[in-house]
Amino acid sequence: MTAILLIEQILNGLQFGVMLFLMAAGLTLIFGVMGVINLAHGSLFMIGAFAAAGTAAATGSYVLALMASLSAAAVAGVLVETLIIRRLYARDHLDQVLATFALILIFSEGTRFLFGSFPLYLDTPDLLSGPVTLPGGIQYPIYRLFIIAMGLSIAGGLFWFIARTRIGIQIRAGEVDREMIAALGINISRLYTAVFALGAALAGLAGALIGAIQSVEVGMGEPVLILAFVVIVIGGIGSIKGALIGALLVGLTDTLGRVLLPQAFGLIMDASSATTVGASLASMAIYVLMAGVLIFRPSGLFGGTT
Amino acid sequence: MRRENLLNAAILLGFIAVPLWAWVADEPFIITLTTRAAILALAGVGLNVALGLGGLVSLGHAAFFGIGGYAMGVLAFHAQNYLPLIEAPFLIEGTKSMPVIWLVAILASALAAVLIGALSLRTSGVYFIMITLAFGQMLYFFMISWPAYGGEDGLSIYIRNGFPGLNTLDPIQFYAIAFTLLLAALLLVARIQNSAFGLALASARQNPTRVTAVGIRPRHLHLVAFTVSGAITGLSGALFADLNRFVSPTMFSWQTSGEIMVFVIIGGVGRLFGPVLGSAAFIAMEYWLDGVSDYWHIYLGAVLLGIVLFARGGLIGLIAGREVAHD
Repeated sequence: MTAILLIEQILNGLQFGVMLFLMAAGLTLIFGVMGVINLAHGSLFMIGAFAAAGTAAATGSYVLALMASLSAAAVAGVLVETLIIRRLYARDHLDQVLATFALILIFSEGTRFLFGSFPLYLDTPDLLSGPVTLPGGIQYPIYRLFIIAMGLSIAGGLFWFIARTRIGIQIRAGEVDREMIAALGINISRLYTAVFALGAALAGLAGALIGAIQSVEVGMGEPVLILAFVVIVIGGIGSIKGALIGALLVGLTDTLGRVLLPQAFGLIMDASSATTVGASLASMAIYVLMAGVLIFRPSGLFGGTT
Repeated sequence: MRRENLLNAAILLGFIAVPLWAWVADEPFIITLTTRAAILALAGVGLNVALGLGGLVSLGHAAFFGIGGYAMGVLAFHAQNYLPLIEAPFLIEGTKSMPVIWLVAILASALAAVLIGALSLRTSGVYFIMITLAFGQMLYFFMISWPAYGGEDGLSIYIRNGFPGLNTLDPIQFYAIAFTLLLAALLLVARIQNSAFGLALASARQNPTRVTAVGIRPRHLHLVAFTVSGAITGLSGALFADLNRFVSPTMFSWQTSGEIMVFVIIGGVGRLFGPVLGSAAFIAMEYWLDGVSDYWHIYLGAVLLGIVLFARGGLIGLIAGREVAHD
């Protein structure tokens, strides 16, 4: 195990974590403010990726593709919120799970109907393709560094937005006491739609960013959605800071586990069975991490008492 | 309540009449379809113990369904290849006998439910939903990356397992087995519902503080309910694997958890026959809509949304009226 390989894997883990953060931030905001569990968040991720791939194929512009993903996902989010989710605020979580599960079926089949079952591909723009040499002589793809930089700056922007702007203050107030801020004359249903659109846009952006690394296909959102759930459970539901720390933890654990565990088992058993055992355990590592966090802190690292 | 009893009787009658008609008319496909409905209904009956009686929204019941399936798959795989399951310290061989497989499936999934439940029940609400989901995914990815039993490709079992005195390859006889087990599970759940434990469980769902105040720990009740629930779902997984003579990690996937939950909701949460009607409706819908359009999941999603938004209480609630003095 060389240091270069390790640093590469740490960067991969960061990139994965940052992408998870974009998903988890929206989920955790939507849950924190509105108390809604949104399984269809993975569909918004998929919509973003398809919008980007479609736009890039039509115009050839990567910037337009990113903007298309943001706006398509935000529009889908606004539609979903005003038509369906709005009716579910007062319902229990079971109804929310079911309704958003139904939305996944509709979105997935609808996308299959529009785009077909074959995966689409989104090319990285010329400016961002190819490797770059980092200090220490490490060759690393620029595009992945771009994702890390994007994700971290969005995280920074989000912290500023929540902490400093008027809407951010309203969002935080909404998490604490919905009735009170409505009584203070804030249009709560518009705030809800705005938060939902913001979360959806972040998910769509994540989909577009990842779409250039992997293929864009129906059902790409759900595995990410479940990892995002793990992230917000670890971080504590409703906490943006928890989402960031949880996402980086999950990203690093998953990526490093897949590299390090087979090697660790290689020390005590022969190579082929070490690969098998290591790979099987690595695929479970983040869930073990989650179970471990919950044993000591049942409401997550930064969660309040819910 | 009387209308609900009539409806329940009608559902049972349907589950007897349809396969008998198909048997007489020589329509083995319809029998297989009904068998599928009965087995999935059994999975739903299992989930309903946690979801309906206990109020525990588990989105990870595919874990137990899959464990039951793999209990069948692993045992039959060893039997058909004449490989012993364990050689030391004592010899355990695979088996093709259904009752043994059922027992192993029930025990294994109950054990998994105790472990998953003990961890997950430390939390509640949304956390519980997400944690059960995550445990299901954990087993899903484990089965995919563990190559000993087929990994992602799953395991094919060439001949359906046997039951003493019956020819299980005959569709109607296999249906009889599945239906009998479904009836047994319904009887068990009805007994649980009316037992002291069931009443305590219902009160713990409605008012946990008060239950704690009279000296009962809700978490213990929930753990028992979750275990019974997992065991029943595990049994249905073993039957489902036997129906298809195939097991794969798909049984563990979260869509499976979602579908089992859909059966319960379509039929009616907490109603004894809710999952039975729900799974029959689901299978019928799948059968009809699949003929209408390749994209039948869109219609399924729309129907589901309609039920959640406008028909709370599911089909049974719609037909028999909402229960009074409930929750």
